[in-house]
Amino acid sequence: MNKEPVLDVEQLKTYFYLDDDKVARAVDNISFSIYPGETVALVGESGSGKSITALSVMQLINKPGRIVEGNILIDGEEIIQLNPKQMTKIRGNEIAMIFQEPMTALNPVYTIGNQITEILRKHKKMSKIDARDKAINLLKTVGIPRAEEIMKEYPHQLSGGMRQRVMIAMAISCEPKLLIADEPTTALDVTIQAQILDLMAEMKEKYHMALLLITHDVGVVSEYADRVMVMYGGQIVEHAQTKELLRHTKHPYTKGLLESLPNMDEDADRLGTIKGTVPPAYNFPAGCRFSARCPFVMEKCKQSNPELEEIETDHFVRCYLYENEGEQE
Amino acid sequence: MTILSKESAQDVLVDVQNVKKYFPIKGGILKRTIGHLKAVDDVSFHIHKGETLGIVGESGSGKSTLGRVILRLLDPTEGSIQFSGTEISHLKRRHFRPYRRDMQIVFQDPFASLNSKMSVAELIEEPLLVQTSLTRLERKEKAIEIIEKVGLRAADRLKYPHEFSGGQRQRISIARALITNPKFVICDEPVSALDVSIQAQVLNLMKDLQEDLGLTYLFIAHDLSVVKHISDRVAVMYLGRIVEIADKHSLYSNPLHPYTQALLTSIPVIDTDENPAPKEEKIKLTGDLPNPANPPSGCTFRTRCPLAHDRCAVERPELTELEKGHFVSCHLYTQEK
Repeated sequence: MNKEPVLDVEQLKTYFYLDDDKVARAVDNISFSIYPGETVALVGESGSGKSITALSVMQLINKPGRIVEGNILIDGEEIIQLNPKQMTKIRGNEIAMIFQEPMTALNPVYTIGNQITEILRKHKKMSKIDARDKAINLLKTVGIPRAEEIMKEYPHQLSGGMRQRVMIAMAISCEPKLLIADEPTTALDVTIQAQILDLMAEMKEKYHMALLLITHDVGVVSEYADRVMVMYGGQIVEHAQTKELLRHTKHPYTKGLLESLPNMDEDADRLGTIKGTVPPAYNFPAGCRFSARCPFVMEKCKQSNPELEEIETDHFVRCYLYENEGEQE
Repeated sequence: MTILSKESAQDVLVDVQNVKKYFPIKGGILKRTIGHLKAVDDVSFHIHKGETLGIVGESGSGKSTLGRVILRLLDPTEGSIQFSGTEISHLKRRHFRPYRRDMQIVFQDPFASLNSKMSVAELIEEPLLVQTSLTRLERKEKAIEIIEKVGLRAADRLKYPHEFSGGQRQRISIARALITNPKFVICDEPVSALDVSIQAQVLNLMKDLQEDLGLTYLFIAHDLSVVKHISDRVAVMYLGRIVEIADKHSLYSNPLHPYTQALLTSIPVIDTDENPAPKEEKIKLTGDLPNPANPPSGCTFRTRCPLAHDRCAVERPELTELEKGHFVSCHLYTQEK
């Protein structure tokens, strides 16, 4: 790809300094880029650091957390040094974010109309009347029937799917270049999930956005993402094109994750499991962070953490099993 | 309507016939009942001994209410519930108590369903204290046995819930449900709060325990792949009614109700084929679940159904057996009377 990336994250580290002098390395040395029009999925279990990665990009990390190191470039512009006022301009205009639970993301005491027009008036400096017209248009764009009436309603009067549509309308209101969606459909039923994911794909096309989709659902990834990054213990352990990653899975963690899913087509008596649980971010094992749960663990894995290496073109893996494979070719 | 043949009636453990659960809606200044929310509306099915019946449905379909009604945590408005041949739907609380040890439930959220101020030992032994007259030592022995059975260590007895991860807490919930040696366990979304790798561990454990202890499960979930994995038969609920019930293989390979078809095609699937077969056209449902307090007339699914016709608005479809053991309630498959 020759185009310039919309988002470029370089060696990002976000740590949380806990009370008892523990340091939770929630995001630990992550680098990736997202290009215009692309859908990139960030996959991992709870505690893997995927949401913190997104919040770091949005500069929404609060104490005791802090971005310790690294660069975040939006359209080539460094945003880590920006002051809160400058950052407010970036948020909404350049990048927007949708959260998992739209009920907690919307303000319960303001009408839907209030919340959408506020953004337009603040970011686009629109007049009241223009903002109202634009807001109704946006609601229609995201497939909300009776948009004029919905403008006067409060979040609790809407269903989960409708709320998420409102969130999408708000997110695209300033036509951002990058939309970050953090588990946008996890709280929704499967028939509504399909509607919302299709809507996001449609909006992505319409507004030429790039999409960073954070999810734990590999099915969603397979249907909607161009590229996948698998996170474990605050680091990316595997990164490739979606089809390549699902067909030629390399990392033992990714393999375990796929095997533990019940398969709709085959009947297995037992599911594959990954033994143990995700280690807390303040207490990673020495060496490879997956070593304590890995079925292929070697002595070396317990000593030092492997690097993320490109073992085939565009297929990156952080695992000693594939050491030197890239170099032989 | 009965969907039981005579020869199989003997090994039926739970038989639910025409059960309804209506919640009153109060309104006005006098808080009079102005309507009813039909959470469960005329549902019939049975569960054989040793079988797992899965119930799938979206939120608001009434699947959890149904589970609670069977356990008499809620009283049914109408209908009959037989457990091992005994009618339990109208037993007084006092008379129902002995049945509770045979019927247990595992809830969804292991962070909310365990009292954080009780140790694991207290949590697990509590049902014994209520249900049996075992001595302290006997209770302890029994608790240790079950703790080890669900894959925890005996030493974990003295810990408190916050010291465990979600998957381990769900193991505690399972141990607590199993300590009275129940015959029947209702699992209400037991793995939906867990990560997939942990979900697989808990599902495997539940299957093992079923084999070891000869348990019968009613497995309530919204995740169709999980339900398929664990169930023998599956019922699909929509707005308080069962729209389709069948053996899992015929339900998943040959779904008849348009709602089941839509559910199955809306699951995102993992595609690893080199040359993927042309995908079945997705059936996209438009709109949301209607308000259960004011459901559509006739077939409640008709407002979202791509195949709805005039008859659907007028007449409520009956659950009819189309193939052996495969029941569906849809006018597409029945002649107009």
